[in-house]
Amino acid sequence: MKAPAVDYVRSRSLAEAVDLLAKDRGEARVIAGGQSLVAMMNLRVASPGLLIDISRLPELSTVSDDADAVTVGACVTHAAIEDGRGTDPSRGLMPRVAASLAYRAIRNRGTIGGSLALSDPAAEWPAVLTALDAEVMVCGPGGRRPIRCTEFTTGIFETNLAADEIIESVRIPKLSASARWGYLKLCRKSGEFASALAVIVGDRGRGFARVVLGAANGAPLVLHEVSRVVCENGCEAIRDAIAADLDRAADRHFDEFQRNLLSVAAMRAVQQVLQ
Amino acid sequence: MTAIRLRINGAAVTDDVPPRLSLADFLRERRNLTGTHLGCEHGICGACTILVDGEPARSCLMLAAACDEREITTIEGFSGDRVIDALRRNFHRHHALQCGYCTPAMLITARDLILRQRAGSEREIREGLAGNICRCTGYTNIVTAIAEAAKEIGKEAPNA
Repeated sequence: MKAPAVDYVRSRSLAEAVDLLAKDRGEARVIAGGQSLVAMMNLRVASPGLLIDISRLPELSTVSDDADAVTVGACVTHAAIEDGRGTDPSRGLMPRVAASLAYRAIRNRGTIGGSLALSDPAAEWPAVLTALDAEVMVCGPGGRRPIRCTEFTTGIFETNLAADEIIESVRIPKLSASARWGYLKLCRKSGEFASALAVIVGDRGRGFARVVLGAANGAPLVLHEVSRVVCENGCEAIRDAIAADLDRAADRHFDEFQRNLLSVAAMRAVQQVLQ
Repeated sequence: MTAIRLRINGAAVTDDVPPRLSLADFLRERRNLTGTHLGCEHGICGACTILVDGEPARSCLMLAAACDEREITTIEGFSGDRVIDALRRNFHRHHALQCGYCTPAMLITARDLILRQRAGSEREIREGLAGNICRCTGYTNIVTAIAEAAKEIGKEAPNA
């Protein structure tokens, strides 16, 4: 189908975009790559009154690097991450994730900030950035504030981003040289959204380990027990820990098939680290 | 209406477009560039793939209004492109199309795979084509044609 009627403005700065968004009282949507938003408009699932285009703001397209972390602008594309343009804080995890995300034609336009803002439950970045303990910087009329990824996505397409706020960047802590990661996306066809997604980051150098599931009927699901076991005991007794963590997530109402998929994904991701 | 100035297949174009108009419909209906095809109109089938500033993109998922100052290349704009020439020859030789609906976007996607050196094996080619759906061929001949074109390009002077 075709998109419904809409107004369009290409903002000249982030401040102008925030201003336009604040003035519009809920009818406006920010558009970056548009790879979900335009599809949703074509399907008439979304019909914003105004599109505020931030895709070409130079301040949102940079990758900057300091001692502890790399800050990736909200409008950096998946393809840029796949190709390793700009410093990679994740020792290969983020390029690998980006390469598994949709198709190259989509990755050339879709952005990391857009993926977070939409927070599709099966999307890659909300889960992976949670596993990397990243922090989202958002900008609104009252100024800027950081939100940790663990608190950013709150549910299915639900986030802590206020209606008048725009994602500016994501700050990702650098993994140490001894860090290991595993990533597994189960889907029936390359490039589709995941049926189950698991990511594990173990960084003994920083005393940090986190195992996260995506496509888990809500916000990225942190497997706290598995994360603790990975951190303390290496990777022993992982299977029991995964089962225990999934038992605790009774509110997700996984059916047997889905529970098995998620648990297999978590196991395989952990095995990648053990190998 | 949004005023846009862009380049399409090398030529400067100026127009006023309603913001809801997709780049695909702009190209097909206002510029008569009907080699860009529309299948699903939500980014899954890949039939509308074109180049935006030299990189493949879905023209159904871009608004024409957002293409001010962009450089667009459609399947009509590749004359003299040696990779597309090699692909066209091999699609013909290996019978890599039946109805032809997916073909323009298959060529553009395959060209990108070859230029990014992602057409080195059957598996790599199949992975790279996952976002372009063909409902006729079963892909076998498309994959063969791309593999052969990649070999031909690889044998040429390595200045790609």
